[in-house]
Amino acid sequence: MHATSARHPGRKAGVYLATALFVVFSALPFYVMLITSFKTQSAIFSPDANPFWFSGPPTLANITLLFGQTQFVQWLLNTVWVGLAVVIITLLLSVPAAYGLARIAGSWGETLGIGIFLSYLVPPTLLFIPFSKVIAYLGLQNSLWALIVAYPTFTIPFCTWLLMGFFKGIPRDLEEQAMIDGHDRLGAFVHVVLPLAMPGLMTVVVFAFTLSTSEFIYALAFVTHSASKTVSIAVPTELIRGDVYHWGPLLAGALIASIPIAVLYTFFIDQLVAGLTAVARD
Amino acid sequence: MTARTLSQGQRDTLLAMSMVLPAILYITLLLGIPIVLAVVYSLNDVTTGSPVMRYIGLENFIALLDTPDFMRAVGNTFLITISTLLGVLVLGTIQAELLVRPTRGKWLIRFLILLPWTAPASLSAIAWLWMLDSTFSPIDWVLRGLGLLGHPGALFGDFDNTFWLGRSGFALFSIILVNVWRLLPLGTVIILAGLNGVPRDILEQAEIDGAGYFRRLFHIVLPMLIPVFGVTILFTFVFVFTDIVTVFILTRGGPANATQVLPTLAFFTGVQGGSLGRGAATALFLLPVLAAVSILILALIRRREI
Repeated sequence: MHATSARHPGRKAGVYLATALFVVFSALPFYVMLITSFKTQSAIFSPDANPFWFSGPPTLANITLLFGQTQFVQWLLNTVWVGLAVVIITLLLSVPAAYGLARIAGSWGETLGIGIFLSYLVPPTLLFIPFSKVIAYLGLQNSLWALIVAYPTFTIPFCTWLLMGFFKGIPRDLEEQAMIDGHDRLGAFVHVVLPLAMPGLMTVVVFAFTLSTSEFIYALAFVTHSASKTVSIAVPTELIRGDVYHWGPLLAGALIASIPIAVLYTFFIDQLVAGLTAVARD
Repeated sequence: MTARTLSQGQRDTLLAMSMVLPAILYITLLLGIPIVLAVVYSLNDVTTGSPVMRYIGLENFIALLDTPDFMRAVGNTFLITISTLLGVLVLGTIQAELLVRPTRGKWLIRFLILLPWTAPASLSAIAWLWMLDSTFSPIDWVLRGLGLLGHPGALFGDFDNTFWLGRSGFALFSIILVNVWRLLPLGTVIILAGLNGVPRDILEQAEIDGAGYFRRLFHIVLPMLIPVFGVTILFTFVFVFTDIVTVFILTRGGPANATQVLPTLAFFTGVQGGSLGRGAATALFLLPVLAAVSILILALIRRREI
């Protein structure tokens, strides 16, 4: 019992086996998507064929159909455009807010910060019905602008909270020194604080982007024209029509759109966790 | 007032407020108006067809409480949330305990284990739609191969398929399974962050004093992780309790409303059915539970500082 696992080959094998089981559990649906994306129509629609490997030669037919005969490229472009616009709005509003709360404000900064964070917990599923009326009132139904206006309601709270943590981690002395050296507060902020907060800004960019590209219910409620949809709703609503499942292009589309977002997200997950667990600290 | 008559402290307060104000305004306007409207709608007879609102007090709520489908959705929402929460806590702790050890290929393992959380939920749910398909399910293919499905007396039935999403019990189980699958990475990384924060020297001292692995785990490590478990419970609860994606993509609430949850019921009533008032009232039922749980957990995990 005293020894560490390294000295017990049996226990070490157990750890590897358990880890492998978890990896299979997490990744298997993606693996099946990958294999099925390159299967022929007839191989996909034969229940007795091995679903985990090719039963005939692989094909690119599903991919060409997806890019050639659906609006998939348009949906990808819509998604990127909404994501980038949301990133810009989020940065413009949450960078000053986070700095103001973390640095300049006194004790009420922390309280207000928690208040802003709590608004991140207000779920879109609670608000989409009246929100769609607000969007209609603004004349934005079926427009990507509806999403660009709506998404900052959850990216700003979360990103402000994350950035507050980053700004607090930058020593106050550096700024005061810059101010003694002749910068005003704004100058010190731009020339000293922002460069040091770069990792935080990158995190905010990535999260505002991935949260926007993954959002579902607002997009579902606000946008019904197929040409204005983002991938997260277009793939499940446009490639499934009633009871007709175009499994090949459907799975290919879901996989192709998921992977870049997942890769981006993975790089910054530690910052996300630091932000989430900060509610239990300071 | 000119700047000269203000002290440095007052000027800083003004500056801070002017920096924070745009963000606060954006959030209060665009979250506040829909919240107020949600309450207004829920107290009125309002449909997408007619623009006129008619005040009916609590009738929407009373009517909902009399609807079996609504009560079933409330029950399902709690059942799915609590089951998912338990699954994520148990499996997340085990997975974090495994990942805290150094291994080769750590980056790839991390990427694969995080995939269910990092991929957009509505897209990964499509993978599960295929995994659980009524004819082509790869899971059924494995079960048939193992002799557990497709012959008289087989554990999963004598049909060629399990019909995961077509039978109410299996459909609910499938929803919970997919939710656990999706939230497990988030729970794991939060718990992992807590595990990495447990001081090594305390563990080593305990080991020298003769405490075995499980004794160290249950008497030292897990008690130190209580705030981290609080954070895991908070976010898993909020994300699953208010989630629409899993049920919407996998079952649309079927078969026969057996897997309906509050958010999907609100969507089908308010958006597809056009009864805005009834739909808004359905969604509003989420709010008291959500607020109570969030405030309770936040108070518990932040208590130490007060």
